[in-house]
Amino acid sequence: MSGPALATSGLNKSFGSLVVARDIAIALPEGARYALIGPNGAGKTTLINLITGMLRPDSGRILLGPDDITGLSPDARVKRGLVRTFQINTLFPHLSALEAVTLAVCERRGVAAQWQRRLAAYRDAVDEAYGILASLRLGTDCVRPTHALAYGQQRLLEIALALATGPKVLLLDEPAAGVPRGESAELFEAIAGLPEDITVLFIEHDMNIVFRFATRIIVLVRGATLVEGTPDEIAADPLVREVYLGSARHG
Amino acid sequence: MAHATGTGVDPHAYLARQARWGGAEIAFWLAALLPFVLFPTYLTLASQIAITALFAVSLDLILGYAGIISLGHAVYFGIGAYTAGLLAKHGWGEPLTGLVAGAAAATVIGYLTGLIVVRVRQLALLMITLGLGFLAAEAANSASWLTGGADGLQGVRVWELFGVFEFDLYGYTAYAYSLAALFLVFLLSRRLVHSPFGLSLRGIRENQARMPAIGAPSRLRLLKIYTIAAGFAGIAGALLAQTTQTVSLESLGFQRSADVAVMLILGGTGRLYGGIIGAIIFMVARDQLADMNPQYWYFWIGLLLMAVVLFLPTGVLGGLARLVPARWRTA
Repeated sequence: MSGPALATSGLNKSFGSLVVARDIAIALPEGARYALIGPNGAGKTTLINLITGMLRPDSGRILLGPDDITGLSPDARVKRGLVRTFQINTLFPHLSALEAVTLAVCERRGVAAQWQRRLAAYRDAVDEAYGILASLRLGTDCVRPTHALAYGQQRLLEIALALATGPKVLLLDEPAAGVPRGESAELFEAIAGLPEDITVLFIEHDMNIVFRFATRIIVLVRGATLVEGTPDEIAADPLVREVYLGSARHG
Repeated sequence: MAHATGTGVDPHAYLARQARWGGAEIAFWLAALLPFVLFPTYLTLASQIAITALFAVSLDLILGYAGIISLGHAVYFGIGAYTAGLLAKHGWGEPLTGLVAGAAAATVIGYLTGLIVVRVRQLALLMITLGLGFLAAEAANSASWLTGGADGLQGVRVWELFGVFEFDLYGYTAYAYSLAALFLVFLLSRRLVHSPFGLSLRGIRENQARMPAIGAPSRLRLLKIYTIAAGFAGIAGALLAQTTQTVSLESLGFQRSADVAVMLILGGTGRLYGGIIGAIIFMVARDQLADMNPQYWYFWIGLLLMAVVLFLPTGVLGGLARLVPARWRTA
């Protein structure tokens, strides 16, 4: 019953002679708050691309709950509750925030291919989209086009889009990338406030944020897991200090 | 569920406003009836404009809304034209069923070719649609036993509309028929672009790479709109065959594909009316300029096209929209 919400086993991926994922095995229990850290080029985003199906692994398996999803397309994985956000804003510039989130809600409800009725007739979907935006404090700006929103608001919209798909497992690729230091804590407060049953894995470089919001940490180095543990274990690990914290803190 | 009370933003009113009929729209369609009384000698031209506008609306569905840039859209126009023309030539001149047959044939071919088209983007998309156009044009040329080849399809006899209204020399029936078809296709398109399906197309246009990450199968959606747009283009082609009682190779040639793209960009993409306004400008300009110096009239179209993309990048209609108060806008 209480198996992991998301697990990988023996995940490998190479581009020519460059190994970007080496025998990666992780298991995230339901409701976990995991941080994925590692130096630049460690393969963090690659791992998210592999898990979400945007890259095909050379070998290995990906399990969502009890189901093997290794062969599914990215959109089919989203339908099953495995959802990601992007490090660089990957939004819909000329849609308003409300339209974008309503679109994601319509996709989840299976009505996004319907053309017989106006969008405004789907009142429940619009209410739900507005509710998500309001919960991330985007309510008052939701009718503005996405490209006109402030950068920090666009980062929140990334998360709103992910939430609208009804995720069970949420993979956040540097959700606070490019956001000023003070505001990034605010953004992580919003992430910390996500429903308990959503399993979260996030990539983040700021160690203060990582130690504050993660219950467990996975350290990735050159495409392989170096170590996994609680924040205290990771902070005390000499190997981690050497390959990662030492360089990052003064970098 | 959270509601908008107190924040000053009502999401329902905002979305409802986007799909509401504006005064300018109603005035536009009433004005479309004016040629019957004001320019009765130009009804043949008016009919051609309505047909071209319908064709441009069909291109707007894929180019303006879904972001599929096509240089071969006339393929479906030509298939509709030849289907209706051949039916009428070989003894079945009933216009409405001919129109349906033209639409059906173009829809089927649209679906089959769409299977390839929706797989590619950007330059490859231009080349694939261009290639399809060349294939269709040469196939029609070489099958001259069927199509009449370069001489065109002769002997097209179209019966009276509803068994009553003859397609007269002055173009009364032709314009009424074409305008009615344009209006119906426009109503369908309008409903479609304001639906959840229309929103998902705009999502694909804005960022196709993001669509799988919100669970959307974007290729299926693209195939659906490509097929629908091909069917609408087929209606336009069938109308031209029936109202002019001939079909030439030009109906599916590259020039027609290029012209319709030019019209749409002149008028403004992604707003349905852009195609209609573009068709009016293009066809009236051609009619007037061709009287002055018939060989060189594309010189002026070239100049106009460059001026519009430089100074009105959202087209004539996009430029006008900026002058109109927001509450009157429909797009």
